Amino acid sequence: MIPAAFDYVRPSSVAEAVSALGAAGEDGKVLAGGQSLIPVLRLRMAYPSVLVDVGRIPELQGVRDDGDAIVIGAMTTHHAVMHDELVRQHAPLIAQATATVADPQVRHRGTFGGALSHADPAGDLGAVALALGAEFVASGPGGERRIAAADFFVDYLTTALSPDEILTAIRVPKLGAGWSSHYEKFNRVAQAWSIVGVAALVRRDGGTIAEARIGLTNMGPTPLRAFAVEQALAGAEASAESIAAAAAHTAEGTSAPSDLSGNADYREHLARVLTARAVRTAAGA
Amino acid sequence: MTAVSDRPAAEIGKARRRKEDQHLITGRTTWTDNMTLPGMVHLAILRSPMAHATITSIDATPARQRPGVVAAFTGKDFADIQGDLPCAWPVTPDMVNPGAPSLAVTQVNHVGEAVAVVAARTKAEAVDALEAIDVEYEPLPPVLDMEAAVADGAPLVHPNTTSNRSYTWTFESGAAGTGQPIDGALAGAEVTVTRRFIQQRLIPSFMEPRSVVVQPVGDGILMHSSTQVPHILRTMLGLTLGIPEHKVRVSAPDVGGGFGGKIPVTPEEVITTLVARKLGKPAKFTESRSESIMSAHHGRDQIQDITITAKRDGTVTGLDVHLFADMGAYLRLVGPGVPILGAFMYNAIYKIPAYRFVCEGIFTTKTPTDAYRGAGRPEATFAIERIMDELAAELGMDPMELRRKNWITHEEFPFTTVCGLTYDSGNYEAATDRALELIGWDELRREQAERRERHDPVQLGLGISTFTEMCGLAPSRVLGSLDYGAGGWENASIRMLATGKVEVVTGTSAHGQGHETAFSQIVADKLGVPFEDVEIIHGDTQSSPKGLDTYGSRSLAVGGIAIVQAADKVIEKARRVAAHLLEASEDDLEFEAGAFSVKGSPGSSVSMGDIAFATFSAHNLPDGMEPSLDADATYDPVNFSFPHGTHLCAVDVDTETGRVTIRKYVCVDDVGNPINPLIVEGQVHGGLAQGIAQALFEEAVYDDAGNLTTGTFVDYTPPSAADLPSFTTDRTVTPSTDNPLGVKGVGEAGTIASTPAVVNAVVDALRPFGVTDVQMPCTPERVWRALQGTEKSDRAASGTNAYGGAATTEGGAE
Amino acid sequence: MTKISMTVDEVSYSDEIEPRTLLVHYLREQLGKVGTVVGCDTSNCGACTVELDGQSVKSCTVLAVQADGGTVTTIEGLAVAGALDPMQQAFHDNHALQCGYCTPGMIMAARDLLQNNPHPSEHEIREGIEGNLCRCTGYQNIVRAVQQAAGMTSGASS
Repeated sequence: MIPAAFDYVRPSSVAEAVSALGAAGEDGKVLAGGQSLIPVLRLRMAYPSVLVDVGRIPELQGVRDDGDAIVIGAMTTHHAVMHDELVRQHAPLIAQATATVADPQVRHRGTFGGALSHADPAGDLGAVALALGAEFVASGPGGERRIAAADFFVDYLTTALSPDEILTAIRVPKLGAGWSSHYEKFNRVAQAWSIVGVAALVRRDGGTIAEARIGLTNMGPTPLRAFAVEQALAGAEASAESIAAAAAHTAEGTSAPSDLSGNADYREHLARVLTARAVRTAAGA
Repeated sequence: MTAVSDRPAAEIGKARRRKEDQHLITGRTTWTDNMTLPGMVHLAILRSPMAHATITSIDATPARQRPGVVAAFTGKDFADIQGDLPCAWPVTPDMVNPGAPSLAVTQVNHVGEAVAVVAARTKAEAVDALEAIDVEYEPLPPVLDMEAAVADGAPLVHPNTTSNRSYTWTFESGAAGTGQPIDGALAGAEVTVTRRFIQQRLIPSFMEPRSVVVQPVGDGILMHSSTQVPHILRTMLGLTLGIPEHKVRVSAPDVGGGFGGKIPVTPEEVITTLVARKLGKPAKFTESRSESIMSAHHGRDQIQDITITAKRDGTVTGLDVHLFADMGAYLRLVGPGVPILGAFMYNAIYKIPAYRFVCEGIFTTKTPTDAYRGAGRPEATFAIERIMDELAAELGMDPMELRRKNWITHEEFPFTTVCGLTYDSGNYEAATDRALELIGWDELRREQAERRERHDPVQLGLGISTFTEMCGLAPSRVLGSLDYGAGGWENASIRMLATGKVEVVTGTSAHGQGHETAFSQIVADKLGVPFEDVEIIHGDTQSSPKGLDTYGSRSLAVGGIAIVQAADKVIEKARRVAAHLLEASEDDLEFEAGAFSVKGSPGSSVSMGDIAFATFSAHNLPDGMEPSLDADATYDPVNFSFPHGTHLCAVDVDTETGRVTIRKYVCVDDVGNPINPLIVEGQVHGGLAQGIAQALFEEAVYDDAGNLTTGTFVDYTPPSAADLPSFTTDRTVTPSTDNPLGVKGVGEAGTIASTPAVVNAVVDALRPFGVTDVQMPCTPERVWRALQGTEKSDRAASGTNAYGGAATTEGGAE
Repeated sequence: MTKISMTVDEVSYSDEIEPRTLLVHYLREQLGKVGTVVGCDTSNCGACTVELDGQSVKSCTVLAVQADGGTVTTIEGLAVAGALDPMQQAFHDNHALQCGYCTPGMIMAARDLLQNNPHPSEHEIREGIEGNLCRCTGYQNIVRAVQQAAGMTSGASS
């Protein structure tokens, strides 16, 4: 299939991009890596009048160290993210989860910021960003602002970005000592989207889990935190039994969809099983 | 017939690398969509978004105003000239065929049915203009569930019929005189096991989307099409459109897979022809994948109700099979016959004295069905191999022991089955013993017991499929008795060129099978010429004027034999020239390694090349002999061939998530003499992948409005390399006794055998939990639900499923 | 229309195109590079895989304008002066293709895999080509071919 016709602009700075997006109005659309957008255009499920290609803006590329956080440029490709030394050192959960996204060719083109802005709840990175407490840096006509991960994902395919804003970077706090992590993904075939995914961050203190943060993929219209599990894990013994007991709370507060990949009750069950596994692996229990 | 094994077999049996590969690995290909002709228009097709509706108005005029648009047509424009798409297999005299327009005229009967076509300068312009066509639909109730479709008062798919039942086809061994009456077996049974199995709807998913280019030539046409069947297409297209057959030339250039999916005459082929003829310009239509998934025919989709009866000691006494077979909205080329091809295979390798088979072909408002790799035989093999396991469980017998007790032993061949087919040869014991050894069966059974004992959350399951299939379609007389609209012969001709090179023309039409290599090996051996000196010509009705194409594992077992027979004729002609040149009697000549020599005088010899040149120059030929060594042959097989094998599968089933992972897959196939073991192994691998995909991954799902919800490869999920294991394949060789090469065919074996091996393994893992079946595909969710003992097994979110009420029982025992 | 330039298989091209033109359509229809094929709409099958600026991409999911200024290598650019690329040779040696439709993309993906990981395990090979669907081979001989190209085995057959 062939996309419907559109105009194309390729700004060379964030400022130009913001102004191009403003000029495009309602039917403008940001083109990042295009790995989700182009199939949608080909199937003619969307008819943007203008694509604003932000793929070549130098300031959106790459990962840099910013003291207590690393800053991932929104247009850094998945491939670059998963091989980046800063990411691997300070946010290995991102590297691990990114390696499960789609396939190598898609990871060569698809971008960290593009995937997060697309906000597909079946995408793996939202839950990871939530669990890590990332901050989203957006630029618009009014300048730059930071949005907490918890506020970024608003609804199915909907973020807190306004139509004339673009996501420029994601600030990820460096994990302190004692933290470990694991992303547990479950899908039907290798290249399929997650039925459910669980991002687990755990800080151990000897034989107990001092603190945990759990992000859930595809358990609602947005990525979710499993707060009840986190609460139950805090101070719990780092054993399979107590982890399983905590994971039994995973489905609380979720609203899992029923679709071709799975019905809601199955997703709830899977989320409990996968949470237990993710936490066990992260905690080395 | 000459037995090839009598002479040195330098080429046959050799793992030759394929001569087809060079252009494919370098991108120098001739896919139909690669073709661009001067003046060519590109077509885009508007498709119905409705499963079932009356077209109350349709107007293509606005599309004609769009940039670059040359023409736009609706069904009304073609109503008088498009005819009906052909169905060549009226399986019963009273089979109802309501007709099948290429462009819908008054009513649409499935989502994706073509309703209008635009011809434009570019494909993009054609696609853009589709959006300008106004269509109004008056919805009709969708017909989705086969059982509901034949209930009283059900809405009709087609207004010109009185029932959604197209046909009922019946076989009963008592009535046929091929066995005992089924009623006696049922009445007197010591043990009876009944199951309902669902053969889910599958999508063939050949990698090359279908494409067709039609070039008007004088008062005829040249069609290039991504088809498996250029010859059948030529005949059928001519009949459908009223174009004299000799004015139709069909060429199948490189064709990117078929698996049955490129057998029927398609609406798109007819539409493209009509547009090209209306405009007097070449026209091309290439489908997108999403169009292919919703409008190219689907496969399987049967509800199988099967009852097996046995004595307490495990002796099977009867088999009673009832099928509902979903035809979809229309009857395609061989669609009605697909389940009937399975009718003769339910008894499989077993000595079953009484057998009944009843199949009802049903119309629904879904994409039409037709052949998909195995066509009828995978369904049969699945049902019998699954229920043998269920019978074993009922009897408390080892499932392999039950099979051994009932299968035909190697001393009993040739064996005439309860269906009246005669299996020529086989050795089920040998294949089974080898497979058990390769997989380490006893060790796995011990491990299984140990893991059950300790309640390992990941359970081990072991599955068996001991199968046979009928291949080499087909003896023409048998096809006639089944009311098929054509014969099953194949044609070949061999041309000896002046320089001793050889052209072989075959009526089979390869699309990935490796015919050029395998046939070259056969001819090289037969004529004693180098492999490289043989060229195989196929796939164009002009250069290969006579043939019945490629499907049903027939190309080698039928087409290959035609080549052997043509080669024999060439040799006999050459013998006459050789005798003349050597001044000897023909009877005194022997032919060995490509040369004739006088028996007992080794110095005197003349090669095939010498003879070819002498014949070409024709200066010195025997009196009255025409200057040609060329010969052709048309071979009609005397029997089907019956490859067989034993497939064993070990799966890990994660009882927490329901995930099934194949740990080990071993198969030992007996396909008779292999011409090229490399190609045989490749065919088995690919077949396994497709059979395993049915067991675990693939399913076409419709929602309750009749929308295909698995409309792209995002939702219809063929497995990738990361989803499949490495297979251990091996062979036993029991040559066919019905053809001179001793070959049986291998194209479908892997697909036919593997599905039940996998599902039996899954059920085996879960049987201690009280699970007696898991509906295919055995997705993690279905496995988990089976373990929960819940019945809900549908994958459609809207609350219906593709099979209406037809869910298999899961969880509890019967 | 937008003007683009790119180098494809070592030839420079400059064209005016519609922005909506997919890279694969530009290659096939404007440059005649029909060795690269289209197999799906959703970037699942990988048949259209080419190398763009040194990395494998699905050319049906890249706009030609996004490749502006770039360097593209297609299946047609691999065999130099008649000598097959080792991956092409390995596919032939191991019967890693049947119908051949997925083959151009599969070969391009497999080359990229070895570029990133010269000595992959079987598991890594299978994951590395998970973006490419093949319906004929069951992948086993493709895996063997990649192993051969990685120097891990010699040809699987005589």
